[in-house]
Amino acid sequence: MNVLLTISGLGILSMLAEMLKFKKQLFILVLAGLIGALILSFIDWNTGFSYYHDMMLVDNYAIAFSGLLIVIAFLWFLMSRSYFTSETSAADHYALILFSLAGGIVMVSFADLTMFFIGLEILSVSLYVLAGSDKLNIKSNESALKYFMMGAFATGFLLFGIALIYGVCGTFNLREIAIYAGQNSENLPVIFYAGIILMLVGLLFKVSAVPFHFWAPDVYDGAPTVVTAYMATIVKTAAFAAFYRLFSTCFSSVADWWTPLIAIISAITMLLGNILAVYQTSLKRMLAYSSIAHAGYILMAVASLNQTSSGAILLYATAYSLASIGIFTVLHVVSSSTGDESISGLKGFSKSHPFASVLISILILSMAGIPPVAGFFAKYYIFYAALKSDLTWLVLIAVLSSLIGVYYYFRVIIAMYQPDGKENKNFSFEGINFLVLLLTGILSLAIGIAPGFLIGLL
Amino acid sequence: MSKDLLYLLIFQLLSCIICIFLKNENAKKGALILSIISFLFSFHMFFEIKNDGGTYYLTDFVWVQQLGIHFKTGMDGISFLLVQLTNFLVPLIIFSSFNREIKNSRAFYALIFLMQFALNGVFTALDGFLFYIFWELALIPIYFICWLWGGKDSVRITLKFFIYTLSGSLLMLVGLIYLYLQTPGEHTFDINAFYNLQLDSHQQTFIFWTFFLAFAIKMPIFPLHTWQPDTYTDAPTQGTMLLSGIMLKMGIYGVIRWLIPVVPGAMHEWLTLAIILSVIGIVYASCIALVQKDFKRMIAYSSIAHVGLISAGVFTLTIEGLQGAMYQMISHGVNVVGLFFIADILFDRMKTRQLDELGGIANSQRTFSILFMIILLGSVALPLTNGFIGEFLLLTGVYKYGAWTALFAGSTVILGAVYMLRSYKAIMLGDKNVSPEIFTPLANSEKTVLIIIAVVVIGTGVYAKPLLDIAEPSVKNILSHIH
Repeated sequence: MNVLLTISGLGILSMLAEMLKFKKQLFILVLAGLIGALILSFIDWNTGFSYYHDMMLVDNYAIAFSGLLIVIAFLWFLMSRSYFTSETSAADHYALILFSLAGGIVMVSFADLTMFFIGLEILSVSLYVLAGSDKLNIKSNESALKYFMMGAFATGFLLFGIALIYGVCGTFNLREIAIYAGQNSENLPVIFYAGIILMLVGLLFKVSAVPFHFWAPDVYDGAPTVVTAYMATIVKTAAFAAFYRLFSTCFSSVADWWTPLIAIISAITMLLGNILAVYQTSLKRMLAYSSIAHAGYILMAVASLNQTSSGAILLYATAYSLASIGIFTVLHVVSSSTGDESISGLKGFSKSHPFASVLISILILSMAGIPPVAGFFAKYYIFYAALKSDLTWLVLIAVLSSLIGVYYYFRVIIAMYQPDGKENKNFSFEGINFLVLLLTGILSLAIGIAPGFLIGLL
Repeated sequence: MSKDLLYLLIFQLLSCIICIFLKNENAKKGALILSIISFLFSFHMFFEIKNDGGTYYLTDFVWVQQLGIHFKTGMDGISFLLVQLTNFLVPLIIFSSFNREIKNSRAFYALIFLMQFALNGVFTALDGFLFYIFWELALIPIYFICWLWGGKDSVRITLKFFIYTLSGSLLMLVGLIYLYLQTPGEHTFDINAFYNLQLDSHQQTFIFWTFFLAFAIKMPIFPLHTWQPDTYTDAPTQGTMLLSGIMLKMGIYGVIRWLIPVVPGAMHEWLTLAIILSVIGIVYASCIALVQKDFKRMIAYSSIAHVGLISAGVFTLTIEGLQGAMYQMISHGVNVVGLFFIADILFDRMKTRQLDELGGIANSQRTFSILFMIILLGSVALPLTNGFIGEFLLLTGVYKYGAWTALFAGSTVILGAVYMLRSYKAIMLGDKNVSPEIFTPLANSEKTVLIIIAVVVIGTGVYAKPLLDIAEPSVKNILSHIH
């Protein structure tokens, strides 16, 4: 709980920074605050306290995901240093990001549907603003508007679903809904199932699963690169953590009914995301489609619904977020100095930045799921969860779509190492950006070689 | 038990890292020294291993506690021979690059060592998960070697190769997880637990296909061979040597260690199909080799034919077939490395590998022509060369399975002799006069490599007993799961 207070406090502090003139120190302050929050979150390990009349439950699941969100946010702040120095309204951006992080924390630790909704809105509203933060760029404006419209639309569905569930069960509390659904699982009214469907639609919008993925490429493409990185990592992680928390507790008694649905959506999402990614020439759009595909893999873990699922989601979200942050860092550096967001913009990268290229290759291999990097182990763990629930067909589709994935991920590596590429000295890649790349690369390798620690968490 | 095998693996990983920090000028020598140390270190195991079919140098660490994944390695006779083959060929492969210009050589040799590490791991892993990791790890360095140091079209060809083989491996991963979930109690990836599973025939068929496809792509067995000729032709010579000399043995080893004992029931059910595909591969590849104009491509197809015979022998599930496969894996590894090196020497001098543009080299190059002849005879399985013993055993095994099959499989020997000797004639003989200015005499490094290979060709061909003795008890162990 202290975590939520710390992060909200940091957000308020950032708003004061402009007025009290300590904008320069804010960056360090925020980083220190995040480390503090990380420590505070793990103090509550194994306690399982609930707060606010049972509206939030800080169990190990919540702590593990909060920890992940904070770590990723820390790396994100490091990579977006320049975003905060070049803008006039930097302090507002700090505040918005921190508030949306607070929303994410709420989303992973709710025990009540109202809290879930509040968390989701805190997270989303800040992001609608941030997506449009490149005010003079028409694509950024388009992105913000699209994101807002689609987000509001999804929220409507979600809220309607919550209302229907409340109408049947008479409570917002997850545990009580679960008990009600468990006791009456034989004769639940149709509107209960309608409620599930509507909530499912709302959540699938948020995690950009097919067929509710249309907004994602345009929004990701138009938003400033750092904001895109934030959306692809933190928002996705929080949304999936909330997704699984909601469905595994509330609706596990009717799981036979909705897991096949999610399995099918997962299969389509993986395949379509990967196939469409193949045709992209822009690295940013490719990452957008690949993030849709990754959502498909994580949905596999949701559809498996067994003791392994939560661990698999945590591991996959970690591996994917680490790799994404690293690759987005590169994209951010390259595109902000050359304006080129295409894959071929990386040509000659290996000649001017040999060590950084090796790190990027590691991250790409992680995304493609090649051992011994974290992404492989995460994928293995998801396959394992799915096979445990006898979803062999889904695993075979996942195998197929992984192969498609390799095809376009490797284009990035190929572009960097292509022998005919000229040395590219247009951008310097050092200091804090290099640090982010180094951290993400080392962490990805470390998790791939010794995944025991993360698996032991959940 | 001594931990020498673990030290060997660690040393090879260290070699890879050391290579990265060498200077490009010194990388060649450094790599050679490191690889020779590796070889000597693994050679001394000859004196410790006994021919009783037991597993030696067993190491077993818990890797991921919660999932029952162990770092478990060990060697019996089968693993031992393949480890020796790997560590014997790698110094030769590195030495064969001595007279060539290799850009960014430290990265090149570092990748070779990473490959060596992964290959040794594949041949010794006794935990399913570990086996898979090493299996995949072997793919990454060879992909980069073939792509970055390869020919003009290498981007497309190597990506095809990568995705092709990855598709097989991922299926194998599905099979491994499936087996893992069948193990009783706390699940485990231990190979002995896999051996003891009682699977029904549906499960066995499923596992058979997931594994078989992975192994068949790696070998490659017809009709999954389409990645191979392009990749072999386009890759740099050292990459081709690694691929053909060692890497394709991964597939055969996989069948022997991970397929036959795990799903004995499905083996009986499907072996006919596997043997038919192998034999089709033999005849088909031999026929295509007959009409090849490019020498390197011809060796690539001959390699498919040879491997087809090996896999047919393995799938007969007879002691002769498996012993022949073990022996032929070694001799094919040595011979094919020699042949590809000869192709490289030719290309280095003549700037072409087209058979009709070459000729008359024997007139001025005595040593080269003799060494070429010896290696070539090994490859066509002349008695008293290493190829003969392997193919003889393999054909005996196939004959026990069926006389007609043996007849078709035997065509590899005849057709092999035809295309090999014809290519020798086209390259070496004839009236053309190739002056020593164009075809410079063999450098010492080249001569050394060829002489070592020629000595092995004849040496193991005359006295094969020690190698066969090492493999025999372990092969019997494998077959005991069948009957």
